[in-house]
Amino acid sequence: MLKLVLPVLGFALCAIAPFFLSDYGTGLMIGAVTYVTLTSAWAMFSGHPRYISLATVAFYGCGAYTVAVLNETLPYPLVLLCAAGVGAVLALLVGLSTLRLAGIFFVIFTFGLAELIRQLITWFEVNVTGTLGRYIFLDITARGIYWQMLALAAITIGLTAWIHRTRLGLALKVIGDDEVVAAHSGINLARTKLVVFTLSATILTLAGAIASPRWVYVEPAIVFNPTVSFLTVIMALLGGANRLWGPALGAVPLFLVFEWLSSHFPDSYPILLGLLFIGVVFILPDGVLAAIDRLRARRAGSEDAV
Amino acid sequence: MSYLDVDNVTKAFGGLKAVDQVSFGMQKGEIVGLLGPNGSGKTTMINVISGALHATSGTVSLDGLRLTGRRADQIARAGVARTFQLVRILPSLSLSENVMIPAVFGAKSHWGAGAKSVANDALDRVGLADRASTTAGALTYIDQKRLELARALAAEPKLLLLDEWLAGLNPTELEEGIALIRSLTQSGITILMVEHIMDAVRALCPRVVVMSSGRLIADETTDKALTDPAVIAAYLGEAQDA
Repeated sequence: MLKLVLPVLGFALCAIAPFFLSDYGTGLMIGAVTYVTLTSAWAMFSGHPRYISLATVAFYGCGAYTVAVLNETLPYPLVLLCAAGVGAVLALLVGLSTLRLAGIFFVIFTFGLAELIRQLITWFEVNVTGTLGRYIFLDITARGIYWQMLALAAITIGLTAWIHRTRLGLALKVIGDDEVVAAHSGINLARTKLVVFTLSATILTLAGAIASPRWVYVEPAIVFNPTVSFLTVIMALLGGANRLWGPALGAVPLFLVFEWLSSHFPDSYPILLGLLFIGVVFILPDGVLAAIDRLRARRAGSEDAV
Repeated sequence: MSYLDVDNVTKAFGGLKAVDQVSFGMQKGEIVGLLGPNGSGKTTMINVISGALHATSGTVSLDGLRLTGRRADQIARAGVARTFQLVRILPSLSLSENVMIPAVFGAKSHWGAGAKSVANDALDRVGLADRASTTAGALTYIDQKRLELARALAAEPKLLLLDEWLAGLNPTELEEGIALIRSLTQSGITILMVEHIMDAVRALCPRVVVMSSGRLIADETTDKALTDPAVIAAYLGEAQDA
């Protein structure tokens, strides 16, 4: 019961927070909730099967770009629907061609994918439409964006919790442990991975679409910034990618730290980012939540000994 | 046509034919030993039947259903379960979850209480029921082997493929292992077992098929095979002068 009440209470508190915050505070909340959504959606696919994807920004950027292209021709809800569609189709195409790759090959491919999409759009805009850079003029307030993003975060975490209770979730856990055993136990590897990859990518794309009005002006170099993909991975790993609340727990503090660092040390910010990345991987490879569990187990063990 | 029908199967890796035009059949409920020296293609044969590898040519069918050309997961759902030569468990899952997997994703698609009871029965058969909720990564080698067998049993298979399941056990464990496999045959499962321990083969398998360099060199009763000059030559090498 508490497991259901606490999250609902938490989301309700977050929902009324903008009434008590300045515009700057709301802006910070949007950023934090965006990363909660991105990390949770990323972990939906990458958490258990341990397929580290660096394609987060490929989908996120496509969402933003869909809005940039369609915002003057279609009503807003339809634009969002189109963005989700673009994300799903792209994920299916990418998934069908790449989910056979394993380990480092998958990582490199997904990183390359984000760059490929950025270059393709740049090429298309320069050579075909002749306009590099587009404007997004939508009548949406910062609070409106915040509430949409918060809803998407809630949906993402709810969906992840639900998946963990189904066969699909169990299949993901088995695939994470041993793909050969998974296949020989009757699990359809390709279908399982494709379904979850597509779900996750659709959410990432929607997140990009929802966040895009904040930019006003977009061009490929802005929306396909690879730092977004790296941040998502570090945040999810810090919290614990295979826990339901792990990604969110990593996203909020790291987002605030990065905000502070980028405004106080704009020049050395990338170096600090790299150091943090290394630190997380070395000190907390399974995430904070797993480390706390281990600590508790050790304490319980030592009490037993006494 | 036999229950399990292996017909003219070849598996080539480039120029090397690991399995070369092998044919044999098995009756329902039969237990057959698959023998041969190291590198003779036994595990490749098991891999072709279970779908881990695709045959270059030839067909395998079980109970009239063609298995060749299907994926491993489809073959598993068709009723084929296996253990691995190098034991493969799911270290982050509990014993109960480990064993539940093929019950959930297999032909009968158990879920919830049904899946748990199949898993518990299988764990009970191999003597691990009292540790159902511990994590599999913490098990000793013999218990990992037991767990793997329990997982194969939870698939409720028509055909069970054991790849050196008895290897690496001490004499007491070996006796327990043999008794366990014998109890399985009595329940009507068809078993094809790769095995190097001849005492176990003699105790369990009335019939063996023997491979050497990818080819089938004998398919006869165990007593006859173990005195067959061709089989002895395959294991020990040809005599220099007769």
